[in-house]
Amino acid sequence: MKTLKDIQCGQTARVVKLEGAGAVRRRIMDMGITRGTQVMVRKVAPLGDPIEISVRGYSLSIRKNDAALIEVE
Amino acid sequence: MSIKIALAGNPNSGKTTLFNALTGANQFVGNWPGVTVEKKEGRLKGHSDVTIVDLPGVYSLSPYTLEEVVARNFLLGETPDVILNIIDGTNLERNLYLTTQLMELGIPMLLAVNMMDIVEKNGDSMDLKKLSSAIGCPVFAVSALKGRGIKQAAEKAVSLAGTAAPKPPAFSAQTETYLSVIKERLQGHVPPQQFRFYAVKLFERDDKLTGNLPNVSDIITKAEEKTKEDAESIITNERYDFITSVLRGTVKKKNRYALSVSDRIDRVVTNRILALPIFAVVMFFVYFLSVTTVGTWATDWANDGLFGDGFSLLGLWVPGIPVLIENALTAMHTADWLQSLILDGIVAGVGAVLGFVPQMLVLFLLLAILEACGYMARIAFIMDRIFRRFGLSGKSFIPMLIGTGCGVPGVMASRTIENDRDRKMTIMTTTFIPCSAKLPIIALIAGAIFGGAWWVAPSAYFVGIAAIVISGIILKKTRMFSGDPAPFVMELPAYHIPTVSNVLRSMWERGWSFIKKAGTIILLSTIFIWFTSNFGFTEDGFGMVDDLSDGLLSMIGRGFAWLFAPLGWGDWKSAVAAITGLVAKENVVGTFGILYGFAEVAEDGSEIWQSLAAAYSAPAAYSFLVFNLLCAPCFAAMGAIRREMNSARWTWFALGYQTVFAYLTALCINQFGSLFLYGSFGFGTVAAILVLAGGIYLLCRPYRQSQTLHTPRSVQRI
Repeated sequence: MKTLKDIQCGQTARVVKLEGAGAVRRRIMDMGITRGTQVMVRKVAPLGDPIEISVRGYSLSIRKNDAALIEVE
Repeated sequence: MSIKIALAGNPNSGKTTLFNALTGANQFVGNWPGVTVEKKEGRLKGHSDVTIVDLPGVYSLSPYTLEEVVARNFLLGETPDVILNIIDGTNLERNLYLTTQLMELGIPMLLAVNMMDIVEKNGDSMDLKKLSSAIGCPVFAVSALKGRGIKQAAEKAVSLAGTAAPKPPAFSAQTETYLSVIKERLQGHVPPQQFRFYAVKLFERDDKLTGNLPNVSDIITKAEEKTKEDAESIITNERYDFITSVLRGTVKKKNRYALSVSDRIDRVVTNRILALPIFAVVMFFVYFLSVTTVGTWATDWANDGLFGDGFSLLGLWVPGIPVLIENALTAMHTADWLQSLILDGIVAGVGAVLGFVPQMLVLFLLLAILEACGYMARIAFIMDRIFRRFGLSGKSFIPMLIGTGCGVPGVMASRTIENDRDRKMTIMTTTFIPCSAKLPIIALIAGAIFGGAWWVAPSAYFVGIAAIVISGIILKKTRMFSGDPAPFVMELPAYHIPTVSNVLRSMWERGWSFIKKAGTIILLSTIFIWFTSNFGFTEDGFGMVDDLSDGLLSMIGRGFAWLFAPLGWGDWKSAVAAITGLVAKENVVGTFGILYGFAEVAEDGSEIWQSLAAAYSAPAAYSFLVFNLLCAPCFAAMGAIRREMNSARWTWFALGYQTVFAYLTALCINQFGSLFLYGSFGFGTVAAILVLAGGIYLLCRPYRQSQTLHTPRSVQRI
């Protein structure tokens, strides 16, 4: 299973499914990461975490642990 | 007839700027998500009967963050007449997500699309008429910053009061069927105009709904089995599907992934290699300006000039306020005690408050610029990895950095942290870092006991950092802090050039709130300390005393000096010195000087080194040092903590925690030090071992983040 965490910088992926529960999951969805959304990984923070992604035309910072909840293809 | 308009929108949508433009009220606008945590109200310009309520900036009406719960409770409980929904035009898709939720509340609404000039500059186009008919409510293009279109939007909002609410967004036929079954069950439970909102929330299994609501779990299970998705996802997907259908034909984007100016800045600023050096340079300037140079000049001028002997202005000598008052009091032949009360109590107290203000204004100005331009969000992005391990935010870096200069602006700088838990934790731990006023204590102990050893000063900073890390890990696992989920899914807003008026407004508001909220505490405690050190019982009965050792304060010190015996310094002089340290930490040295019979001592107290060396063992001296570094800070910093915690309970908890932590750490240092150096073993050693074991347990126990938000009672709905 591939998750957003595995996507390289500059690559684009499509969201298939969201794992997890509660606040984190809902927050991810509220920010526009839903099934079928195109997500581009823009960069990794200098210390290796979090990552910056581009979704629905804006920039979002998300921790790798949380990115691992987002299944992509 | 009075009308209430709720201003709702995402963080960074220009909501606060619009609020300022509509009301003229003083309020800050930043570029940091969630800067408006408090509810703010204002009267619409030119309409004395129209109130505008500025809701916290939120992305959704979910039950998971405090701001969201506050916003929806207001919308449901106090039902404003109109919702003015501000939308960032450059980010229509995500901004409309909140709109789809606001449309379900049964309240008339209009959209104000902000930042249209940037949309056009990007080469995108937007058909607002089509947007208006698709959403079903009026849409206005505004520029909050330039004040364009605001008046028309406001007039329209006023005229909407009492009209029909927009139709809720239409979901797929299947979902609508489920919702209509739930709506039928809601009959008689909630007002009819809120049927839709409650139906959706019940379907989503929202845990913040209260009251006697019907059970709908059978419908949810049915829907989830059919779609193979959970109810929350079903609704979120429906909303974004609705938005996609609305935007089709409304918005034309040139290129979805084209690099904007902001992106280009970010390519450098948060670049993997350059980010940290740039961060270091920015932090250097913040520290250099607010602590080393401008801040210190301002503080010195305020403390030694304005509230000291005086200062020179263009070659003219201007006497300080105390000098002027002293002259006036002497001319009036006032009694000695009254003169002392006014000068050493009140004027010194007011001086202590105001002395911090110039430096604070410099710092607040810099923070406002960092927030407004968007760099503050990047700081969190860059530093998150380090700080989140001990329950702090990447933005905790600035308070701690400033804290090495002075804890008071350090604590005040925690305002920029938007997450409640991170902010409280930062406030509690910032003063562990040795501030410049603690340096004389370090110099005293290093010189008197350790022969000026080089390692004493660095070790003090190490102890401070260790205290922050240990406290962070321990506290985040306690029930008080683990209760709140803190997802770090954060918007990185586009860079903006900050406007002068917004930055100055922010600087002034924060400075003023320090004077107002922290000032009282600082003033009262200064007067208290003045009274207890100048009055006491002598052979002649109660009255003013010349010698500090006769004063009430010394009595108090003698009264609980025994408490500090396990720490190795159970004599009353040390206890009194520690208490006067609460006025200002550098007083510890001066107090020792007085108590050992010197009228005045050098900053490092070199005159009393010999007496101290005789009175202290090495572990006891280090324990005294550590206790004074970590325990409750000076009154000014306490005032700042009170201001930022905004709760007496949390203030006492913070101060209590700091003091207990300092006590236990000092206990361990003295007991283990004595054990290893002198082989002394006793009851205290056993206590220290127990403390150490307890500490290790608290550090190592498992941590589990909560999934639901525990709201304070004041936020819960009736």
